[in-house]
Amino acid sequence: MTVRVMIPTPLRVYAGKRDSAEFRAGTVGEALAQLTGEFDDLRRHLFTDEGNLRSFVNVYVNGEDIRYLSKEETPTKDGDTISIIPSIAGGSCCE
Amino acid sequence: MSEALNLGINEALVGKIRQHGAESYPNECCGALLGRDANAEAIPARAAREVLEIFPLVNRREDSPRNRFFVTAEDAHDADKAAQAQGLDLIGWYHSHPDHPAKPSEYDREHAWPWYSYIIVSVQNGNPRDMTSWRLQDDRSAFVAEEVEIRNPAKA
Repeated sequence: MTVRVMIPTPLRVYAGKRDSAEFRAGTVGEALAQLTGEFDDLRRHLFTDEGNLRSFVNVYVNGEDIRYLSKEETPTKDGDTISIIPSIAGGSCCE
Repeated sequence: MSEALNLGINEALVGKIRQHGAESYPNECCGALLGRDANAEAIPARAAREVLEIFPLVNRREDSPRNRFFVTAEDAHDADKAAQAQGLDLIGWYHSHPDHPAKPSEYDREHAWPWYSYIIVSVQNGNPRDMTSWRLQDDRSAFVAEEVEIRNPAKA
């Protein structure tokens, strides 16, 4: 299954300025693993040190948030589009 | 990240960001920066990056708006569409620090994306004060300050 992973603007500098990449993958997790395998510098911006997707990294398959599907186990089929969409967070010092 | 980082922004837009911070006080305000990045353009720019418009947003952190802001993926997508409609790029974000310095916090660092410019305005007792801009280092260890070049509209 060949899927296309759309790369958001702030990460393109780590992917040779590409806005997308295609991989053969059966799940979202496999596609993201191949993405970070090919572009290693993306890894720290997508995943925590523990290997979990960062909370502000939103991943969609054909427009559906994987949090409401099977997360990274969400199966993919030929022609699917995986989108990485930023949400933005921050704030001043204290809780 | 070794190149000099400077961010050009019109004085009027600086005023709008500061006003948004004042109006949102004691809560944090947030919004998007729309403009152009010199590295993405074939023509030389006056600064490494120019803010040409802002897109104010609603702070979605209703549980803790005094010291946190949040832009949903949907709101970020709206900002990106607004940029594209004007032939611009989404180049960063702004937010305020009520009664705190205009310096990125550890929370800012943990949640930042690389490449984007992050403008922070300090709002002290409802009055906007210092405004700074920052970019996350490639290794995520810290922010690097951008030199903010304020353009006078009369001289733009």
